[in-house]
Amino acid sequence: MDEILLARWQFGITTVYHFLFVPLTLGLSIMVAIMETMYVRTDNELYKRMTKFWGKLFLLNFSMGVVTGIVQEFHFGMNWSEYARFMGDIFGAPLAMEALTAFFLESTFIGLWIFGWDRLSKKLHAACIWIVAFASNLSAFWILAANSFMQNPVGYALNNGRAEMVDFFALITNPYVANQFPHTVLSGVVTAGIFVLAISAYHLIRGTHLEVFRTSFKMGLVWSIIGLFALMGSGHLQTQFIAKNQPMKLAATEALWESADPAPFALAAVIDEKNQTNTFELGVPGALTFLAHDSFKGEVKGIKELQAAAVAKYGPGNYVPDVKALFWSFRVMVIAGMVMMGITLLCALLWYKGKLEAYPIALKAMLFSLPLPYIANSTGWFVTEGGRQPWIVVGLQKVAQAASPNVTAGEIWISLIGFTVVYGVLAIAAGYLAVKFIKQGPVDTKPSIPAATAAKGATLWN
Amino acid sequence: MELNILWFILVGVLFTGFFFLEGFDYGVGMLLPFLGRNDVERRVIINTIGPVWDGNEVWMITAGGAMFAAFPHVYATMFSGFYMALFLLLIALIVRGVAFEFRSKDDSPVWRSTWDWLIFFGSAVPALLWGVAVTNLIKGVPINEKMIYVGTFFDLLNPYTIVGGLAFLLVFLFHGALFITLKVEGEMIDRARAFALKAGAAAAVVFLTCVGLTYTNTDLFKSALGGIALWGAVVAFVAGYGLTWVKKYGWGFAMSGLAIALTTIGFFAGLFPRLMVSSLNPAWSLTVYNASSTPYTLKIMTIAALILVPIVLAYQAWTYWVFRKRVTAKNLEY
Repeated sequence: MDEILLARWQFGITTVYHFLFVPLTLGLSIMVAIMETMYVRTDNELYKRMTKFWGKLFLLNFSMGVVTGIVQEFHFGMNWSEYARFMGDIFGAPLAMEALTAFFLESTFIGLWIFGWDRLSKKLHAACIWIVAFASNLSAFWILAANSFMQNPVGYALNNGRAEMVDFFALITNPYVANQFPHTVLSGVVTAGIFVLAISAYHLIRGTHLEVFRTSFKMGLVWSIIGLFALMGSGHLQTQFIAKNQPMKLAATEALWESADPAPFALAAVIDEKNQTNTFELGVPGALTFLAHDSFKGEVKGIKELQAAAVAKYGPGNYVPDVKALFWSFRVMVIAGMVMMGITLLCALLWYKGKLEAYPIALKAMLFSLPLPYIANSTGWFVTEGGRQPWIVVGLQKVAQAASPNVTAGEIWISLIGFTVVYGVLAIAAGYLAVKFIKQGPVDTKPSIPAATAAKGATLWN
Repeated sequence: MELNILWFILVGVLFTGFFFLEGFDYGVGMLLPFLGRNDVERRVIINTIGPVWDGNEVWMITAGGAMFAAFPHVYATMFSGFYMALFLLLIALIVRGVAFEFRSKDDSPVWRSTWDWLIFFGSAVPALLWGVAVTNLIKGVPINEKMIYVGTFFDLLNPYTIVGGLAFLLVFLFHGALFITLKVEGEMIDRARAFALKAGAAAAVVFLTCVGLTYTNTDLFKSALGGIALWGAVVAFVAGYGLTWVKKYGWGFAMSGLAIALTTIGFFAGLFPRLMVSSLNPAWSLTVYNASSTPYTLKIMTIAALILVPIVLAYQAWTYWVFRKRVTAKNLEY
């Protein structure tokens, strides 16, 4: 394998792994903040137990998100130094802003929250987790603003052989980030909602800690349903924006080889990328046109025409992303979202009728839907980033031009294997702790450590 | 003042803050398995930095981000050039970060002692690597006319830079032991002092050797400020050692911190106006001018930094105030 491909694999693996933890941090931080606020307002111990239980899982997830996030900031220089040189004048600013405005806040106030239960007033303590929630979501904004430039460059000029910032305000009001940010934050909301529902369902099935998990389940239902509807709405708006802004990404995601008016939406297709055609297609006539234009009339450009246009504009080359992978990633994401929606609505209906716990099958479905948000998050990002290939910054720099010229394949192999092995081991450790905490439930984990001599065989977390 | 120079100073300030704060974090992490004789003591030691280590680490992240924003070529050259070193650094920081969170979440002695040792390595490796990195920056590394590092990982290792790495490690150990004397109670203070005196004696020797080698290996002492700061650091370190001897721990810690700050200032002053020195041709060095962002970007970032850095300092200082009491075995959070 060549350096570019290896560097891409490394970036892909570390980024997807990092983003397993990020959405839950974004959404669950707010949920825990709401729980603690309810505790402050009502003085009801139930909410404190909820805060502590979900907070414990939140912290586990948060720490994994933080440490895997450090790698992200280093990557751009380590593996993609030509990108850093070409783009640094623009890309570095939001990263530095992220550190200054968000990372400092989040890391400082999470420390206060963990260690401050007895040292801060109740209100101040709750304020700490609100600040963490705010800072996490703010950091999402900065990194998405940076990413949005790669998708849709704005506010720049090409000077001295690099892209230079001429309008910072344009960078942070990029219409691309206006679509990407809500969709990402809402995916966090849904991830947290489904996470809470699935784990609550586990205890409701077993009939353990009913008070805490009934309340959590109710909160998860409201949270997830609002989140899912808003998420689908934001996804629709984003797709419409991409239809105008990144037509190749849309065409490749839909495996639409020929321009069409009106264009069908393919539910499934057998794609022949070599001959640039679909040998079989199950489509809904006119549906893609409708999704893109809110009307049954209107052209959607096909891959072949867009490729020809790109060659005319940028010179010879292949400007078509991986059609098969994009087509199916997008469908997996949408189907995962729909299944989450179906199961959540079903549980809501049963809840409303007071029959939820009489139907363990519905609760089981909820429990087993836990992987769905993670699948949807990963495939969604695959469409976003895979869809801009071969560009690293659309229209300005190709991925192949962006890698570090002095980093050898051997070095990338070592780091690729190193990160993967360490990430694998940490996943096992984190998974072990998460399952243990979940099974334990909201037991009173008063932090009293027996002396080491007495520790053998004694349980600490109860 | 020219913004390029202001940003050189700001990056220097961020690294100074980073080494001062993470210096004692790394020191505490390295001392953990040795100073903590039982589980309670180890938890006490971790909790001396528990609420603050994450915020301290962000100083490094911000220094990296600021370098990317203000001097993208330095970021590109250094991060691709020091590839393997940074890979090791990242692995160490990843493991260390989760270890703080994970180690008390299971009561198996094997589990806990494994994570404690990972905290040790996760603290010792970065301390060593930063020392190696900083001495390489001033000594000069093979950078060609296109600002590309053309050496290998092993070019970064030579007697001077290895002494630099060890000096950082031992000074941080001393700094961390002193921090512990301020944050624990009872006879643990005396044991931390004994550690500080031992580590400090070794640190004094290695640190002085490092300063000597800096004189022969680099042009740092051509800068008046660089020379004064570095000798000032030696004086501060010796003063810190003496104060520890007479059990004036607060002042001792202030002096070890001053030594770290002055060392960082000395290195930056010696570098100026360069950020990375090319050993192949002085003209190929990366400077605040040829490696920087545009005046526009620097202006935007200056406004942001001047507003935000004081706010960050204020709430981080407040955190230290909230957790000003000594950590006791009673009411341990984790």
